[in-house]
Amino acid sequence: MTQASTLPLADDPAEHSPVVLGPWALVWRKFMRHRLAVISGVIIILIYLIAAFAEFVAPADISKTSVRHTFAPPQMMHLFAPGDDGSTVFLPHVKGLKTTIDKEARRRTFEIDDTKIIPLGFFVHGFEYKLFGLIDTDLHLFGAKNPRDTFYLFGADRLGRDIFSRIVVGTRISMSIGLVGVAMSLVIGVLLGGISGYFGGWLDGLIQRFIEFIRSVPTIPLWMGLAAAIPLDWPPLRTYFVVTLIVSMIGWTSLAREVRGKFLSLRNEDFIIAARLDGLSHGEVILKHMVPSFSSHIIASLTLAVPLMILAETSLSFLGIGLQPPIVSWGTLLKEAQNIRSIAQAPWLLIAPGTVIVIAVLAFNFLGDGLRDAADPNAH
Amino acid sequence: MSDNILEVNGLSMHFPLSGGAFRKSTSVVRAVEDVSFSVKRGETFGVVGESGSGKTTLGRCIMRILTPTAGTIQYTGKAQEPVELVTSDDSLLRTIWRDIRMVFQDPQSSLNPRLPVIEIVGQCLRKSEKLSGSALADRVSTLLTNVGLRPEILHRYPGAFSGGQRQRLGIARALATNPQLVVADEAVSALDVSIQAQTLNLMQDLQEQFELTYIFIAHDLAVVEHICDRVAVMYLGQIVELADKDELFNNPKHPYTRALLNAVPVPDPRKRPEKRARRGAGEIPSGGVRPDACQFAPRCPHAQDICRNSSPPEKQIDGVAVLCHFAGEI
Amino acid sequence: MLGFLARRILYMIPTLFLVSIVTFAIIQLPPGDYLDTLAADMGEAGSDNNAAIEALRVQYGLGEPMYVQYGKWMSGILLHGNFGLSFEKNRPVTDLIWDRLGWTFLISLLTLAFIWLTALPIGIYSAVKKYSAGDYIATFFGFIGLAIPNFLLALVMMYVAFRYFGQSVGGLVSPEYLDAPWTWAKFGNLLEHIWMPIFVIGTSGAAALIRIMRANLLDELYRPYVVTARAKGMSEFQLLLRYPVRVALNPFISTIGWILPTLVSGEIIVSVVMNLPTTGPMLLRALLVQDMYLAGSLILIVSVLTVVGTLISDLLLAWIDPRIRYQ
Repeated sequence: MTQASTLPLADDPAEHSPVVLGPWALVWRKFMRHRLAVISGVIIILIYLIAAFAEFVAPADISKTSVRHTFAPPQMMHLFAPGDDGSTVFLPHVKGLKTTIDKEARRRTFEIDDTKIIPLGFFVHGFEYKLFGLIDTDLHLFGAKNPRDTFYLFGADRLGRDIFSRIVVGTRISMSIGLVGVAMSLVIGVLLGGISGYFGGWLDGLIQRFIEFIRSVPTIPLWMGLAAAIPLDWPPLRTYFVVTLIVSMIGWTSLAREVRGKFLSLRNEDFIIAARLDGLSHGEVILKHMVPSFSSHIIASLTLAVPLMILAETSLSFLGIGLQPPIVSWGTLLKEAQNIRSIAQAPWLLIAPGTVIVIAVLAFNFLGDGLRDAADPNAH
Repeated sequence: MSDNILEVNGLSMHFPLSGGAFRKSTSVVRAVEDVSFSVKRGETFGVVGESGSGKTTLGRCIMRILTPTAGTIQYTGKAQEPVELVTSDDSLLRTIWRDIRMVFQDPQSSLNPRLPVIEIVGQCLRKSEKLSGSALADRVSTLLTNVGLRPEILHRYPGAFSGGQRQRLGIARALATNPQLVVADEAVSALDVSIQAQTLNLMQDLQEQFELTYIFIAHDLAVVEHICDRVAVMYLGQIVELADKDELFNNPKHPYTRALLNAVPVPDPRKRPEKRARRGAGEIPSGGVRPDACQFAPRCPHAQDICRNSSPPEKQIDGVAVLCHFAGEI
Repeated sequence: MLGFLARRILYMIPTLFLVSIVTFAIIQLPPGDYLDTLAADMGEAGSDNNAAIEALRVQYGLGEPMYVQYGKWMSGILLHGNFGLSFEKNRPVTDLIWDRLGWTFLISLLTLAFIWLTALPIGIYSAVKKYSAGDYIATFFGFIGLAIPNFLLALVMMYVAFRYFGQSVGGLVSPEYLDAPWTWAKFGNLLEHIWMPIFVIGTSGAAALIRIMRANLLDELYRPYVVTARAKGMSEFQLLLRYPVRVALNPFISTIGWILPTLVSGEIIVSVVMNLPTTGPMLLRALLVQDMYLAGSLILIVSVLTVVGTLISDLLLAWIDPRIRYQ
């Protein structure tokens, strides 16, 4: 909108040149008024940043086991510590753990040791990794100032691995499955929905029957069957893509219906007919007139479809038929919390990944709602 | 060269009604049934009728938005060979759509709310004359001036305009390609009465200026009387009477035309027609068209057995074409 | 109505056919079959039993082309009600599944009732008392209900019940009643357990329906006909129930069409977590060990029953609201 405002007429001094907002600017403006959606958008951007820089954010190596820290409880982060002279100084730290071995139950019990302070700092050196698989580095966003100290913000699992770091790294798989899955259902949904709505006729009938079929059968048993068919010895990357494909089967039917409905109602709008009469081809009419008039709705629906896919991945992986353990995702992390005995002993196995999932899903829902409200700038 | 810019012969448009288990078409709606007429170059040809009479469908067939079931539509442009529209393919139609343009009924839905004025009006110029940039802006500005709008609005969106202004935009869009024939489908019926008069006057001025031929589809007889030279009255897909405007309004020959004229409210109570003449009211009967009968028979005050049992022939009386068994007798 | 019924039943036949093919394709997907698993186990156990395995292969028709196997399986089901053998348990599938299917559908239907009984009044309340504290609470729990996956909610509930109420968790009855005959005590014990899966499965559906009901009703509440009724002096309660709620109910009712498949899906996941004696755990186990006829039969029957259930609800719907028929 470079030429958005108009020049006032010389012979019309009362004319103020109003700022003319294009449709997208109106959508943006309305969206920004939806505070919860904006906050959710920021949270989602943060989550994806964490996913991109997972190794940098994670303080501990996710595959480093420690027998001495089996089921170590979460250590709270404290910001202030008593200084040498008895005053309070700013020093981010966690309290150390005291281990006692319960001979009878044959397990360790942990206690917070208030006297032992593990100072934390930003940009510390820790385990080595390759940033984006390219750059060798051992720099981390934060960690213990003494690299030999270990600490567990969200506790440790059965093998003494740091759950916080594992959740951070699992973000990458879980969140990207949502995106890739949505991209796949977008392609299928828009293609089939578009064909159905624009051309109509028997093709429309066939596609509609097919969608009805998919919606009328309970999907979980079918996915379970599909996911269980993935051989265990497949490389992780291939498993990942097949699981994504299975997960994307959820979203496309509703998307296709929505696209079809929009096409059907738009097809008879006068401005679409006018565009045809202006000499535009079918493709030009679709791209220039139809797609822009419902793309904001589609974006909103896609945003609302992402959490469904995240939940589907977690559910399948939790059941042990989606992604398999060396891959770290929120679902495989929850798999550790499968029986009540481990939950009772280490509730953080359930609480930490569970909370993260709920936050991510809620953020996507709020964002999608906000986008949906903003999608129709002329309403109200 | 023919005097007629458009010749329509035996035009029919049937829509299948789908139903049943396997979507087989069980019956058809005969929206336009065996319609013939011709439009003279430079005239304003009116089409009137109630809603459901098929007048909009007729307009869309002429524009070839719809493909007629049967019949021919022959278009003869100035210094051009006649073209048969019904059998034209998409690429030929795209060139014809520069000569024949349309003004839509609803100024709300006929302008894409997401495009600025320059795109709405100039879109056809981008396609037909490959204009862009300042050349396009200049042309669109001229067009806007022609329809009485200020050229500064080039980059505004339709949402910023009133109904009358939008309809002017629609007219500007229709004029952009220097057309010869403009099909105006209820072009003023969505507007306030005062704006209607302005718009009609504008259209008449433009007609003189650009030597346009109009096909003017309307349900409002006052509007038709104001602007048209000849008028076709449609009822249930057929033209029941086709006459010069003055003849039609002063001496209607078809009972349906009379009923229509009687239905026009007359502001002066002393000039109101007697109650008796107001018959033939009621709605267009639903349930489709009965072949082999006069379609108007169920509502006609003069209907007799012959009207219910055989379709009326087209009679020529004083240069007026009438579809009635008793034309000229009642 | 009869024509509508006939048409819907006709439509169902290709659906069911497609279900059976998809099911069969899915259980055929994994490379190898149960006998490979068996051979691997035997190999580990040290015995070499190729001849015996080959004999089993012939007996089950596993070496034959796909369509022959499909034909054998389907004709067995359609003609003799024989769903094949469970390889792992070495018993006919029909002996194993009906109990579990019964529980699955009982729980799904009870959940449907639960969803309706909670979503309807709460939805009406939050529409009428828009922006009240109660509305905000309902909206908040609605979002939470949508955001927590079923299995996670099940785990949380189990943990809470175990940690704070010392309740035995998992299963539909306490261990001491497992093999006991049906008595009032056992029935009471069942009620103590069964609410939890119903609550867990129903929460997300109820959350969705509350939002639908609220939105529908809000659309209706300020219509002129409501104002007219109020102007006539009708009491608020009567007015609400007689007009707007009725209109708002229509889209609400039509949700039956899609809700049954999601409930059955939810039940299957939750029952794995809660170890309920329903189809879920059995299906998972069968899929993991490639017990193909058992897994296939479970998927098939669950799908078919769901399709039939949806059909019945559609018919009820058409009976209640004749307009539906023409859509």
